[in-house]
Amino acid sequence: MSAITATDVSMVFKTRGGRVHAIDRVTLEIPDAHFACIVGASGCGKSTLLNVMGGLVRPTSGSVQLDGRQIHGPGTDRGMVFQSYTLFPWLRVRENVEFGPKLKGMPKDERRRISRPLLEEMGLAEFARAYPKELSGGMKQRVAIARALANDPKVLLMDEPFGALDALTRAAAQRFLTEIWEQHRRTIAFVTHDIDEAIFLGDTVFVMTPRPGRLREVIPVDIPRPRTLEALGTQRFGELKRQILELIVEHENRALPQATNGA
Amino acid sequence: MIPPSSTRSSKPEGAPAPVTSAAKRPPATAGAPRWYSRYLAAKEPIPRALSLPLGLASFGLVIGIWALLAYTRVAPALGFPNLHNPFFLPSPGTVAKTLYNMFAHEGFAHDVWASTRRIGLGFLISAAIGIPLGIAIGSFRVVQAFFEPIIAAVRYMPASAFIPLLIIWFGIYEKEKIAVIFIGVFFPLTLLIADVSANIPKELLNIAYTLGASRWQVFWRVLLPASWPGVLDNMRIGIGWAWTYLIVAELVAASTGIGHVILSASRFLQTDKIIAGIITIGILGLLTDALFRWAYWLLFPYSDRVSR
Repeated sequence: MSAITATDVSMVFKTRGGRVHAIDRVTLEIPDAHFACIVGASGCGKSTLLNVMGGLVRPTSGSVQLDGRQIHGPGTDRGMVFQSYTLFPWLRVRENVEFGPKLKGMPKDERRRISRPLLEEMGLAEFARAYPKELSGGMKQRVAIARALANDPKVLLMDEPFGALDALTRAAAQRFLTEIWEQHRRTIAFVTHDIDEAIFLGDTVFVMTPRPGRLREVIPVDIPRPRTLEALGTQRFGELKRQILELIVEHENRALPQATNGA
Repeated sequence: MIPPSSTRSSKPEGAPAPVTSAAKRPPATAGAPRWYSRYLAAKEPIPRALSLPLGLASFGLVIGIWALLAYTRVAPALGFPNLHNPFFLPSPGTVAKTLYNMFAHEGFAHDVWASTRRIGLGFLISAAIGIPLGIAIGSFRVVQAFFEPIIAAVRYMPASAFIPLLIIWFGIYEKEKIAVIFIGVFFPLTLLIADVSANIPKELLNIAYTLGASRWQVFWRVLLPASWPGVLDNMRIGIGWAWTYLIVAELVAASTGIGHVILSASRFLQTDKIIAGIITIGILGLLTDALFRWAYWLLFPYSDRVSR
């Protein structure tokens, strides 16, 4: 059982323009082996929320629990993948994947036992000795996922991991991630601004709205798995997309007249 | 895109407009790229076989202008008679001969070695303190808050202005030369190195934390390795400053060294020797630069800039 929970998390940044509520009292629970997507327009605090769950930033108030225990900082039980390419350029692909195990002081042959199957699964076995600069964007993100999985984390936190990929590579990466998830059955929190991506991947879509960053709605995705490309064309997919889009647009529309009144 | 003017100008004068698509279809030559057009496109790569000859040609150009001034009467015609006087501007041939004589009969190699040794020592001391300090400034806000203001202030004080003091403090021999180089190199180098480690992306450190690294491990296993390529780059820039300050120091007071040779030559108006000395410094600079590039290639095969 590895459920991750955010309880009443708020994040306030002080800027020159005053206090900005990046996240306002967000409470959400992601059950064990659940694929949760968090969508919202930019500035809705979804990345901040993920960083709070990763322990990289401390929330102004509220807390995050993993299996009921409060977290106090980053840890190997929560693997993260970011949008920017964060592979260590001076390490070869295999060394990147083995970075976590090596920090623990694991001997070489044990590390290989972890990295070899992961690299094979990611289709990167023949690139084990390559440097990150020799890889395409899609391959880099696969290495980043393998690196996170090498620590055997309970939860995978992903911040728009495919955001920098082109549309075709991105579609392939999404299908690939679904396969990985079905294999490893980790709890995943996946942040994206792409509604299609969120519906295609998630068991649940958490919709957030900006200024202040709030959890607007929790939408269960009842499209059966395994989801194939055909799922994208189904009526149910269209309905869900419309529903999520309306939640986001409705908020935008409400925000706009206010802005004109103020001006 | 074909500019509209080119289609118009290529139409024969007075010819009746063709009924078919000729008006829309541009003549073949208008849109076709010329052979040189790719060399005029900004940031486009050029063949490797071309870059070396181009580099050599730039030396050829300088020597060519020099030869033109020395061997023809161009300079007086343009109103610079001093540039056509072998006393003031010796010909390339004379300077080459002088350079040979300096090495063969006047022990110039000894002076070159003396200068190189001073550079080596002065630069090593600057780098040995500046690199760790710079990395610490760029990595830890506490260290930055303490050191950065004073280093930034001293950096603006010209090293040459310290020479009189340094002579009083350290004498006129090796210690003083090394001190001048140190003052000239250490302060700016430290700030450049601080910039390098300060600019390592925060995400790279964060990802290491999520992979279980301690603060110590993040520093040693991520921040330091991520900084090395930038450190070497800035060392290459720093050693250039070392040459400048060394020659300044040697011009003021020295009994050996390239700067000393240049100064004594100037007392006797031996312009050929002065130019030979300057050229020697240039060649040594090129060699050091090549050495650093080679080290970069050797040490950082993973860098985007290294292709192999």
